[in-house]
Amino acid sequence: MGQLIQQLINGLTLGAVYGLIALGYTMVYGIIGMINFAHGDIYMVSAIIAVTVLTLLGSLGIAAIPLSLLITLAVAIFFTAVYGWAVERVAYRPLRGSTRLAPLISAIGMSIFLQNMVQLTQGARVKPIAALLPGGFELFTQNGFTVHLAYTQILIVITTVLLLCVFSYLITRTSFGRQQRACEQDRTMTSLLGINVDRTISLTFVLGAALAAVAGVMVTVYYGVVDFSIGFVAGIKAFTAAVLGGVGSLPGAVLGGLIIGLIESFWGAYLSPAYSDLGTFGILILVLMFRPSGLLGRPEVEKV
Amino acid sequence: MKSNMKLNAKLVVPALGLAALFAAQAHADYSVAIAGPMTGEYASAGEQIRKGAEMAVADINAKGGVLGQKLKLEIGDDACDPKQAVSVANAMVNKKIVFMHGHWCSSSTIPASEIYNEAQIPMATVSTNPKVTERGLKNIFRILGRDDQQGGIAGTFLAQRFGTKKIAVVDDKSAYGKGLADEMDKGLQSKGVKAVLRESVTAGQKDYSGIVSKLKAAGVEVLAYGGYHTEVALILRQAQQVGLKLTVMGGDTMSNNELVTAAGGNADSVMFTFAPDARVNPEAADVVKRFREAKVEPDGYVLYAYGAMQLFAQAATQAKSVKYADLQKALANGTFNTVAGKWSFDAKGDLKAPGFVVYQWKGNKYEMVK
Repeated sequence: MGQLIQQLINGLTLGAVYGLIALGYTMVYGIIGMINFAHGDIYMVSAIIAVTVLTLLGSLGIAAIPLSLLITLAVAIFFTAVYGWAVERVAYRPLRGSTRLAPLISAIGMSIFLQNMVQLTQGARVKPIAALLPGGFELFTQNGFTVHLAYTQILIVITTVLLLCVFSYLITRTSFGRQQRACEQDRTMTSLLGINVDRTISLTFVLGAALAAVAGVMVTVYYGVVDFSIGFVAGIKAFTAAVLGGVGSLPGAVLGGLIIGLIESFWGAYLSPAYSDLGTFGILILVLMFRPSGLLGRPEVEKV
Repeated sequence: MKSNMKLNAKLVVPALGLAALFAAQAHADYSVAIAGPMTGEYASAGEQIRKGAEMAVADINAKGGVLGQKLKLEIGDDACDPKQAVSVANAMVNKKIVFMHGHWCSSSTIPASEIYNEAQIPMATVSTNPKVTERGLKNIFRILGRDDQQGGIAGTFLAQRFGTKKIAVVDDKSAYGKGLADEMDKGLQSKGVKAVLRESVTAGQKDYSGIVSKLKAAGVEVLAYGGYHTEVALILRQAQQVGLKLTVMGGDTMSNNELVTAAGGNADSVMFTFAPDARVNPEAADVVKRFREAKVEPDGYVLYAYGAMQLFAQAATQAKSVKYADLQKALANGTFNTVAGKWSFDAKGDLKAPGFVVYQWKGNKYEMVK
């Protein structure tokens, strides 16, 4: 029982991180119908920035946790958003209107470029920070197994839920959201109506990158260890989460993330930690067989 | 006038090329190579190898090179991927290297060595999987011990010190990790100790809460881990988060001081087997000093890479040739004084006196456990 609750907590936290990254995938897919494979590396860039800022703040003697966390978030979001914008500008916009495969390949190239750039400029060694938010609650003890709930875990889950609400509101209720949904449906028509399509797409990338930035900071605080290669696995998992939840749907992305996080943590604890990915991708295949557009995705209607 | 200058330029360029060609012929440098994970998750080990080899080549060249020729260092990046290792090996063969130090991951060394063997290139590796030297290849020399030696030593050490505690054996499914974990398990069993858990994890992830909670539920106190330091650091951090105290026993890869920073103050409970620390060798004192001046801590594989280049230089000098047959014979029969110790090899190409020692991390240094 104790282990069950512990894995539930661990799985929800892991899932929330996947969900945060998946939100960025899903938003970009929603607007230009392209999988942004560099998204995982944008998240990695943010994590590296977070380590840099936290170390810097530490050496400046700023020890108040809420303050340093806020500063880190602000700096990471700013720089990561610039990266998101630049990636779109350099690698995707020139290819708009070409075949569907071209931006996909360019995205993979961007991903490799970002990884290698960070490795060359920051070095290959893992970057650790001291636990920023140590401690937590000891929930209960049963048969000698104490269930722990860390402060960082609470922080991550709350942040994810909060951001999901904010972005759902942004997409469904604001004029930017309307513009974005218009671009999603018909780019040519949208531009004829006087909406700046390029700007809307750029903004979507910036927002997606900002979400990845938050995920990067959270992961840095939670695991305390980052390096240039963390983007790949996280990106694949988050992409899976987006597909599982229904690509294009914001609640779907978070739901998909949570499901994958939970499968991973339960599979790891009760079946075999070596093959937890087997569970994740097995469930993905099953879901796609019965609901090809994902759990919360709307099936695409072919107009005649 | 203008057209004249153009004409000149046209003449000058091929002339320069020709000159370069002659220069290259006059200095038929020997190409020696290193290969390992220069990028990817274990790139920090690749960095150690590169730093060590670069300084060694510079030092050898400063002393006039080998047989009057300068050495040129080629660097191959296999990212610990067996497929990439094979293409690196082919590229190196095309570059006509005369000696290879690498690869690092056993799973890369094994397929790559077939290609070097076919091309008749001698190699010195630090890969510890027994299979590396068990295939009858004559070109391969191992400058570190074997997993069956280090796993056995680790296993019996654990059984003697922690035999009464609950021990789990975990590996990362890699050729190196699984081989080492199996040998540690055997070592434990030979002393009549049975591990309470035998598990595997997937390397390269960030979340190991699954295995940690499994260890915790089983009441494990001692973890015998076959794999690389990055995963151990994460397991230790996540164990601490849920109040699980683990003593860890690992292999030579735990000598990387990245473990200490990455484990965030939890590394003091990590023990590992490694060859006797080369940094304390009197022969290494000068080199160690210069590495430190260059802001490189010569831990882990740095001095082994330096030693591997010395090994080539000494073998070539003894053989008075860099031809495969002569070089191979010199390597197989000679004794070599390197900064990483005195090396000579047995019939399989294994080091004659590997002598693994158990170390434990204390702060950011490791000390021998007596």
